[in-house]
Amino acid sequence: MNKHIYILFFLLTCGFSIRAQQVEKSTYGTFALTNATIETVTQGRLENATLIIEDGIIKAVGEDVAIPADAQVIDCNKMTIYPGMIDSGTKVGLKEIGSLSLTQDYNEIGEITSDMDALTAVNPNSVLIPVTRVSGVTTVITGPSGGLFPGSAALIHLHGYTPEQMYGGFKSMVINFPSSGKRGRWDRRSEEEIKKDGEKAIKKLNDIWERVATYASIDSATQGQADYNPELAALVPVYRGEMTAFIEANKSSDILAALAWIKENKVKAVLTGVAEGWRVADSIAAADIPVITGPVLGMPSRDTDHYDQAYKNAGLLQKAGVKVALRTDDAENARNLPFNAGFAAAYGMGQEEALKAVTIVPAEIFGIADEVGSIEPGKKANLFVSTGDPFEPSTAIEYLFINGWNVPIESRQTLLYEEFLHRDPGVSTESKPGKS
Amino acid sequence: MQKIILFAILLICANASTQVPTGDLLIRNGTVLTITKGVLEETDILVEDGKIKRIGKNLKAPSNVREIDATGQFVMPGIVDAHSHIAIDAVNEATHPVTSEVKVGDSVDPFDLSIYRALAGGVTTIHAMHGSANAIGGQCQTLKLRYGLMDPSSFIFEGAARTIKFALGENPMRVHGEGRGVQPRTRMGVERVIRDAFQKGKDYKAKWAKYEEQKKKNPNAVPPLYNERYQTMADILDGKIIIQCHSYRADEILMLMRVLDDFGVHRITFQHVNEGFKVAPELAAFGAMASVFSDWWAYKFEVYYSTAYNATILTRNGVITSINSDSGELIRHLFHEAAKTQRYGDLTDEEALALITINPARQLGIDNRVGSIEVGKDADLAIYKNHPLSIYTIPQLTIVDGIVRFDLANDPADMRIYVDPEESTPTYFGQEQVEGCLIDTDFMFSHQH
Repeated sequence: MNKHIYILFFLLTCGFSIRAQQVEKSTYGTFALTNATIETVTQGRLENATLIIEDGIIKAVGEDVAIPADAQVIDCNKMTIYPGMIDSGTKVGLKEIGSLSLTQDYNEIGEITSDMDALTAVNPNSVLIPVTRVSGVTTVITGPSGGLFPGSAALIHLHGYTPEQMYGGFKSMVINFPSSGKRGRWDRRSEEEIKKDGEKAIKKLNDIWERVATYASIDSATQGQADYNPELAALVPVYRGEMTAFIEANKSSDILAALAWIKENKVKAVLTGVAEGWRVADSIAAADIPVITGPVLGMPSRDTDHYDQAYKNAGLLQKAGVKVALRTDDAENARNLPFNAGFAAAYGMGQEEALKAVTIVPAEIFGIADEVGSIEPGKKANLFVSTGDPFEPSTAIEYLFINGWNVPIESRQTLLYEEFLHRDPGVSTESKPGKS
Repeated sequence: MQKIILFAILLICANASTQVPTGDLLIRNGTVLTITKGVLEETDILVEDGKIKRIGKNLKAPSNVREIDATGQFVMPGIVDAHSHIAIDAVNEATHPVTSEVKVGDSVDPFDLSIYRALAGGVTTIHAMHGSANAIGGQCQTLKLRYGLMDPSSFIFEGAARTIKFALGENPMRVHGEGRGVQPRTRMGVERVIRDAFQKGKDYKAKWAKYEEQKKKNPNAVPPLYNERYQTMADILDGKIIIQCHSYRADEILMLMRVLDDFGVHRITFQHVNEGFKVAPELAAFGAMASVFSDWWAYKFEVYYSTAYNATILTRNGVITSINSDSGELIRHLFHEAAKTQRYGDLTDEEALALITINPARQLGIDNRVGSIEVGKDADLAIYKNHPLSIYTIPQLTIVDGIVRFDLANDPADMRIYVDPEESTPTYFGQEQVEGCLIDTDFMFSHQH
């Protein structure tokens, strides 16, 4: 009888352990990453060094670091530790399937929907999230688009079961600065119509801003008792310079107009898009406004531009003295951030600056450089371990930590690979097509 | 008399226009990635009359032949893009689920700037395809990127296999079922439309065969009415045309292989084929080939269950696989798309580069001419600084038939050939349409976005 119970117990535990293997979970605790090359980004490169993770934080970094007794040791021999990469503009978590609008939560109806908060609609269980993070992208800005004021974007770390667990402590108001360029080759508006639309939009922007000014002064005078107006209320922190605005502008003349508007209204701003930034790089540098640009793997904005102008844009801006962070402006392929950075590097930015543009520079722009963006003691353990330069396609990402969690290098795409590389059953004569 | 002179002039012009210019070159001291015969260090390539004449060390060329110093650089075959919609004026004849009678080769646009931009990424040959609006679309055209020539016919890749576009799944269902209220609205309907077209092609063929028999006895026998649509289907049945089928899901891929088997057709390359990895053993057993994206997915429901490891799984299961662009943006960096198979899988350098050279050449029936660096093949070559699979590579020179068509050292910003003096130069922003295959059908969906 006893024997049977043991056998039963054995079978049960077998079953559980097989189940546990099927869904590999992230683990938390004390980790010692040893024998590693460490690309700190801010403190140079360390060889044969150790990194300790404890309580979700990078506890120690260096060549002579004591390994805590309870630490799980990961030998990183011949591997390099990098800070987690930050994609400064995506729709990750807000968009699932491109052609199905009911799976998309980034474009609310209305020109002015400034009270929309991306964090409300971030789906922590999006299939896109693991696909993105296994490339070493631990953190993204995800945000709304469309209209003049589509709402606020949020910084999220790509691990967690609720938006709150993922939230990285930074939000910004998205403003689509009125554009005088075509929105794409499908945009069939005439030059005249585009100009008219642009003028109308500028007027609307300025009208709104006047109303925000009034609303803000009423709000001050009444100690926060102004009448209910969620769109204006959401813009008050931007008006008061307490909240960053992401101002999307791409055509050179629009960028200059946006710079003038920022100066006039004393807005704490970051320019986004900035496809033609290279044409007016000196003006952007002089205004001391940081830039989020991308995708790098994009088309030139004019038929009269070099085929590789979009590759070069980030480097030209950075060389002119602009603080440049990179974005993919993508959702399902935000995983290509390292490749976008690689192209920027090859086309003038250089590897070192391109790496900064996806780590410490965005961290500084978002005011969270004390938490992420480099490998330094006291910072959040957002990092990955790779076989080499993460911009090179042939490099493999071996380990991934987000908020101190050791996250498995696994996504639906890797699981499909494991299942189908050598499919079982393979082909049989009975199942051969045509013989059905 | 005047008429005769005019006729003579026209004849000369016509002859001249079919003559494609070729060049002589000596490329010195490069690392030559032959694809089929390994990597040759510090090797020269002698090009004569547009063909690779010799490969070796310390080659000599006549003194008037241009020498290109490729020291420290990488020379690979010109890239072949098995799926493109550039260089043509029209993509979708979206008026009927079967339009095998139309040919994109009739709408070649020598002035499309995308051609130059593709050359700048090392691409020398493209498969200009009909779109995916119809279950059986139009015939496609393989083109050489001879940017600078004005005559559309001078872009035609002479001797390339005839190809035709098929399309399964959402696109024909959307365009015809949803958009026009005619079959197919389901994947069942797609099968029916294709079977129907093959059966009609078979019947048409039989009618003509019967007529040929009758003619022997009766010189006054009446021939059947000529029908280009079903003649094309008959040509597919006769193995004269390679099917290039837009497809995504495993079930529809299996469906088409069953249909083809029933009609005795076996020459097919599945295009996109995002779920090809699920039926890779079946594809290999059928002898079907696959032309895939490096990493596109999730842009519609039928590509939600995709994996970027597709090319690797297909290759490891013995399916001849290529990576294509389907995009005027992506076509500029197909070398990088091929490199991604080393992140999403473990393909060797040679296997990865084969995805954009010899494999697509096989799929288009031009592997005797291009796709590798071998003596006797066309001198279609691309030269790179750094290895073309490295993220830090930069295309330097692209050569078609021995003529330099892109040179980074001489790359003016404005490379348009035909400039309309009335036209302003607009600025374009925003992402490109993800799926080039549905170009020319947007008017049908103005109620959607």
